[in-house]
Amino acid sequence: MTRRLKTAAGVALTAIMLFPLYWMINVSFTRDTDMRASPPHLFPFGGTVEGYRAVLDQQLPYLGTSLLVGAGTVLLTVGLAAPAGYSLARLRPRGGRALSFVLLIAQMIPGIIMAMGFYAIYLKAGVLNSVPGLILADSTIAVPFGVLIFTAFMAGIPDELTDAARIDGAATFRIFRSIILPVSRNAIVTVSLFAFLWAWSDFVFASTLDGGGAHQPVTLGIYHYIGNNNQQWNAIMATAVVASIPAAVLLVIAQRYVAAGVTAGAVKD
Amino acid sequence: MKSGRWTAWAFLAPVVLYLAAFYAYPLYRNLDLSLRNYTVRSFVQGGAPFAGFGNYAQLFESPTFGPALAHTVVFTLVSILFQFSIGMALAVFFTQTFPLSAMLRALFLVPWLLPLIVSASTWSWMLNSDSGIVNWALGLAGAGPVNWLTSPHWSLVSVIIANVWIGIPFNLVVLYSGLQAIPSDIHEAAALDGASGWQRFWRVTFPLLRPVSAITLLLGLIYTLKVFDIIWIMTKGGPTDSSTTFATWSYRLGFGSLLPKFGPGAAVGNLLIVIALAFGLIYIRVQRRQEAR
Repeated sequence: MTRRLKTAAGVALTAIMLFPLYWMINVSFTRDTDMRASPPHLFPFGGTVEGYRAVLDQQLPYLGTSLLVGAGTVLLTVGLAAPAGYSLARLRPRGGRALSFVLLIAQMIPGIIMAMGFYAIYLKAGVLNSVPGLILADSTIAVPFGVLIFTAFMAGIPDELTDAARIDGAATFRIFRSIILPVSRNAIVTVSLFAFLWAWSDFVFASTLDGGGAHQPVTLGIYHYIGNNNQQWNAIMATAVVASIPAAVLLVIAQRYVAAGVTAGAVKD
Repeated sequence: MKSGRWTAWAFLAPVVLYLAAFYAYPLYRNLDLSLRNYTVRSFVQGGAPFAGFGNYAQLFESPTFGPALAHTVVFTLVSILFQFSIGMALAVFFTQTFPLSAMLRALFLVPWLLPLIVSASTWSWMLNSDSGIVNWALGLAGAGPVNWLTSPHWSLVSVIIANVWIGIPFNLVVLYSGLQAIPSDIHEAAALDGASGWQRFWRVTFPLLRPVSAITLLLGLIYTLKVFDIIWIMTKGGPTDSSTTFATWSYRLGFGSLLPKFGPGAAVGNLLIVIALAFGLIYIRVQRRQEAR
């Protein structure tokens, strides 16, 4: 096969794979009256922005809550995971391996089970339907992953960097803050990206812990749309398009970090 | 260095406390829920009577148990089979060098990054019986419309299709990086010996990729057992249990109705944990063995 043919095949495969995305965008511009037309309108020509107007009217508070929850989850996750990764990678305390094992196991626990436990606890503590409660629950998806990424990354930092500081008499915390953290920028970016994306996409915790809240994330916004069965599929799909923006942005600005996160732990270097 | 050890644990303390409070404690609460006879009242006020394994016994006798178990197994295995084989084919395809290959490979990641509710609702509309694009395309090909989401024969197939689509990128990326790690001179040597592309894949690439494949499959298994969002959003496990898995059953018992059954719901969840952890431990063993090599 020539290289040009291969590119053509690659483009065709990608087009098939991404067709649902195209369809989501196309439907988001389709008029209500054309929604059930046969044959379906395959291109958004002569479409409407009614759906996006509905997003502006109704979904902005949901999007705001999702941004807030995402940002909170990132801060909490990095704040907890970076020092732990430093300790596991460079200070290597006794019992560290056992803790790494616990973190691996923790990643495998289905979210729906955590949600039920959290529900029981939150109900008693009176923090159901609160944004901090949701941030805390969402962070459980990312913290074990974050510690493992930071550990793997910080273990690869050359000893020379820290040895010099140690000879100068720098305390462990100063070495962490002034040397390790700045060098670990890539790991911080990877962990933040995934923590944000997971919190932004979360549906299980949102629907169980924030289902009656005054501030709900956009995943619930879409879910209510579908549930109300108002058949305004252009508005539903327009919201879906807007909710996909963070994923698209991540892919464009941080593709190598994304690939690094996907393969982390799965493949030995 | 005594003080060194203290410092190390001081850095770990936040995460350890966090794991205890927000992992161990919810799991303990979940276990406690599954062993007691809760009503809405006692759920709020406490004092539910201890029921031992009554909730679990109730599950095994439930008419939903058999179908839910079967659907969990079918959903998981069929999803993984397709995700893995399609992901492998694409990974091999993308190891060739051609213009745009890196960009196209990156685009393949998109379905994996989208919020599940976005993918699930898009698939719901595409698979709509009357107005979905899939049935329209089938009509062009001369096939009759299929009630993808509303027929008990097709609902499980529908959620598997959506789940395979979401899982392909993960398999592609991991297998691709596994392929990158295989030295290219091995391929060149096999090609010089006159092996065809097909033979090279089955005799050389596939055996060398076995460790990465094992990891990919096990991680896929653990992820797929957990899948809840897609099924719940597309079919709610219905119609009449026809796409119910342990994950959606647990949610439905605990949150799906106005009269929640937290005890049985938590019990289903704990069964799911046991299954996931069994595969999780196999995964860790496989990975450790590879690292030791």
